[in-house]
Amino acid sequence: MRKQFVSTLIGIASRDERVVLLTADLGFMVLEPFAERHPDRFFNVGVAEANMMSLAAGMAHEGLIPFCYSIATFASMRGYEQFRNGAVLHQLPVRIVAIGGGFAYGTAGPTHHALEDIALMRVQPGVAIIAPADDGQVDRVLRDHYALPQPMYLRLAKETASHPELNGRFRWGRLEVIGDGDIAIVTIGSMTGVALEARRRLQAQGIETAVAVAASIAPAPTDDLVALLSTKSACITIEDHRPVGGLGSLVAETIADHGLGLRLVRCGVTDPAGQTTGSEDFLRHRNGLDVNGLLAAVRQIGLVPA
Amino acid sequence: MRIRRLIIEQSKRAHVGHIGSALSIADILVALFSGIVDPERDTFILSKGHAALAQYCVLAELGVISRQMLDTYCGDDSQLGVHPDHTLPGITFSTGSLGHGPSLGAGVALAKRIAGKPGRVFVLMSDAELNEGSVWEALMFAGHHHLENLTVILDNNGQQALAPTAEVIDLSGISGLVAALGWECRRADGHNVGALTDAVATTLPGNPLFVIADTVAGKGVSFMERQVKWHYLPVNETQFAQAVEEIG
Repeated sequence: MRKQFVSTLIGIASRDERVVLLTADLGFMVLEPFAERHPDRFFNVGVAEANMMSLAAGMAHEGLIPFCYSIATFASMRGYEQFRNGAVLHQLPVRIVAIGGGFAYGTAGPTHHALEDIALMRVQPGVAIIAPADDGQVDRVLRDHYALPQPMYLRLAKETASHPELNGRFRWGRLEVIGDGDIAIVTIGSMTGVALEARRRLQAQGIETAVAVAASIAPAPTDDLVALLSTKSACITIEDHRPVGGLGSLVAETIADHGLGLRLVRCGVTDPAGQTTGSEDFLRHRNGLDVNGLLAAVRQIGLVPA
Repeated sequence: MRIRRLIIEQSKRAHVGHIGSALSIADILVALFSGIVDPERDTFILSKGHAALAQYCVLAELGVISRQMLDTYCGDDSQLGVHPDHTLPGITFSTGSLGHGPSLGAGVALAKRIAGKPGRVFVLMSDAELNEGSVWEALMFAGHHHLENLTVILDNNGQQALAPTAEVIDLSGISGLVAALGWECRRADGHNVGALTDAVATTLPGNPLFVIADTVAGKGVSFMERQVKWHYLPVNETQFAQAVEEIG
């Protein structure tokens, strides 16, 4: 998704001179094409995320649209107060481009695992939070919404991804629903591949499910969620994030706020602090965030045979 | 401008402190807003937001806000809190958390350069604010990028909330540090409007400008000058009478 982001942004920047790209010294072998194409609008601010967030607020105040690029942990937390008191408080069009949510930087260790970034962003008013499922959604959201007047947090996976079921569809504040059945699996970002594979496996057993991609976490797809969940017996959320404050919380709040009566299982990162590290696959497996883990969560509800 | 008198009156009326900091920057603001800062073209950022009362008083004297509005200072449903809010006319950025102003200012200055816009950016910060790491990120960035349209003025009153700055983090070598990062560094008596005007009026091509304004916290009121406690305390009736008599 990183490369798709840069590719799409190069095109947008060619048409709109307000677009600038800042990086806190990250993006090796990713950002070079933008720097070559738009050298006057590319700034490596150094390893200084706090400065980057306030610089961006100052630039946005002057009419520019700055994109601030870093690994999700640093992008969301090192300059969090600067983002809050700058872009959020003044409602300026600053974009945080947070690379590698969840365990994408697996072996890099826990300092590089972004497991609470969505929660941090959800509590800020007027911030759009978008976690695309694949390159098509990255391209769509950027083309359609890069000039949004408010701040945006864009959570991107490192690697390229493509889900033909989505066919690049992305709608602001909406769900993209694939299939139908008595059980809904609600997902975001790179968990979408796991959810779609689980759907295929269940389908092979004659069990139909609806997979809902909630790439637009804020604005929340509330109406779509209520419509979807009103017709279901159970819902499972799956996210590469803590189960508190992210997608699982959003769905739980929606169920509670609208008095929906269905069962909810929230799959997220439950590792305590200080665990060993490993590959993304290993860490996802340990937290039940792979296909087998999701299928186990489905069986846990008791609506399908064990 | 009768800034000091207004500061004491409003502080007394609202029973709110931060008088020492406001009195410390009064002359700097008078120098900046008596012909240096062009509100149409330039940007002013009060990074030491806790001294906003002084800026409110300047805005009232300039007619940017009304006296009636000034009288809402620290009242309920007021736009005039202890720290400045960007919804108030004359305030560009809401501040109050220290260390944000230099980065915001560098962003505005860089954007002006990219867009080919004229105008300077002035950031007024406190000496204690130098404790914040983000300030140094901004100083490094602006020096490296030769943001000659950026001017930082340091209200060097030597005091912070709990103690003299030299006892907390000694930054008496600040001019050398800033110069090493590519800034043109000047020094002026922070209570001499003429000297301040001279120090900030011109810039050097290729260098951001850093002006150390040597000031006295609580300047103009003898019992407040250089007293750490007047960072926070409001005035009582007796103190108010004496302060007003001294200020005139």
